[in-house]
Amino acid sequence: MTEAHGSSAVGLSKAASGGGTATGTALLDVQGLSASYGPVRALDGVSLRAEAGRITAVLGANGAGKTTLLRTISGLVRPTAGRVVLDGQDITRAPVEAMVHKGMAHVPEGRGVIAELTVDENLRVGSLFRGKVGREEFDRVYDLFPRIAERRDNPAHTLSGGERQMLVIGRALLARPRVLLLDEPSLGLAPKIVAQIFGLVRQLVDSEGLSVLLVEQNARSALSVADTGVVLNLGRVVVTDDARTLAADEDLRHAYLGF
Amino acid sequence: MEQFISLTLGGVVNGSVYAAFALALVLIWRSTRIVNFAQGSMAAATTFIAVAVIDAGGSYWLALVVALLSGLVMGALIERVVIRPVEGGPELNAVIVTLGLFVAIQGIVALVAGVDERAFVPPFSTVGYEVREGFTLLSLSRNSIWTVGAVLVTMLALIALFRFTRLGLAMRASAFGQEVARLLGVRVGRMLTLGWALAAAVGALAGMLIAGDVSFIGPTFMDTLIVFGFVAAVLGGLDSPIGAVVGGLLLGLALNYVRGYLDDSLLGMAALVILVVVLLVRPGGLFSTTAARRA
Repeated sequence: MTEAHGSSAVGLSKAASGGGTATGTALLDVQGLSASYGPVRALDGVSLRAEAGRITAVLGANGAGKTTLLRTISGLVRPTAGRVVLDGQDITRAPVEAMVHKGMAHVPEGRGVIAELTVDENLRVGSLFRGKVGREEFDRVYDLFPRIAERRDNPAHTLSGGERQMLVIGRALLARPRVLLLDEPSLGLAPKIVAQIFGLVRQLVDSEGLSVLLVEQNARSALSVADTGVVLNLGRVVVTDDARTLAADEDLRHAYLGF
Repeated sequence: MEQFISLTLGGVVNGSVYAAFALALVLIWRSTRIVNFAQGSMAAATTFIAVAVIDAGGSYWLALVVALLSGLVMGALIERVVIRPVEGGPELNAVIVTLGLFVAIQGIVALVAGVDERAFVPPFSTVGYEVREGFTLLSLSRNSIWTVGAVLVTMLALIALFRFTRLGLAMRASAFGQEVARLLGVRVGRMLTLGWALAAAVGALAGMLIAGDVSFIGPTFMDTLIVFGFVAAVLGGLDSPIGAVVGGLLLGLALNYVRGYLDDSLLGMAALVILVVVLLVRPGGLFSTTAARRA
């Protein structure tokens, strides 16, 4: 899985962006976030920072609270404590619909294509809130993902898993976000496609200065592309460190990451 | 042959009325996945408002505009106040709420307007065209042409709205993927309100057309239409405006043949038989496009 990155231009650009967790300005600052489903506490005082031009991977087993973390950041789940600060602005209580206006795009788990709409319509929904958007922006997404360009007039339910993932990432890009929340983009995809999608995300981060918060169960692939790793266990942050350091830490890998 | 032509034309006219009613049901089903059993009494209410306008000296056309506007307002209010709290909950809750609304609105109309049926004058002549000496097409009148035309124009306008406008795209996105639409910045709540408002306006149009067709109104004059409109909507797959209209026309034709060749009293049973047969053969309706949602 990881070999695909090492040899590509994507791997080089990652090296150029430098490692370490202390550099850069925090675009998204999550402070002591807690959330519950009824009596079950799903997040317990989670703090993390996502910086411009960097990928922050959130790792952990099933049920560690990864998806809940993203859903709480974007407002789908209301936190019981803590703050979410985007670019210095407190957005903890902002409505879900307002998030894209503030520069944050959330690609939910399970490839949130709207199956009944065509590929092109799915993309257009992603740009609706911006008013009129030039055709060239759509063409840029299609250039990025030629496979979905061929199928632009087909209903989205005819796409394969990988194509759906490309579609939702492309759709999120049409919102011109500064922060992109990606929930399990590798779920159910062949390793080759995962490598392709992660490589593309890396390129976007390096060329556009995007900040990506990447939630993944597939820790090995995620750490190979990320700058920083945050390990969650039962709703708490266990460790935050440089992605390469985490990948090299055998004890941690065995205990929480399963590889 | 003459009887066949006459029955066919009559079937188209009746069918377009069923279609208008089915369109209203489809609009609500699309946006909120609720079957609105109150549609009939809502339409009766707006038609009574129109009659009040006519009684006060207004023209039919002014009354029609008032009926459509009051439909818009009533639909939006009902969604916001009564439906919103049960949206996203168990489906049965919403069903019970619309059934409750059906009874409540009918009761209010009866209280305000009285329970007696009264005459309703259609906007155009209901005298059938005389094709030649001794053969008059009873079912083809100026008023029936207006009825069919109004429904077709409404269907085309709705299709254009959904297919070609940004608002229509936002409404479809909200209907098919609420959470995703919200994440993409679509004001889903507003779209649902708008869906109900539009549906109630289409229902108001159906009420006016039916009142003109049967030439009377009463608090319960829409009741039989609920069954036929529902069957038409299910025939068309509940999701598609074109399906609703085609379903309405097919039902209208079938029922008119039953009426003409068999017996008037078999109408209700025939509608249900058609419904059962279609559901057995094509459970998703004749126009179902909901091919397996895998996501």
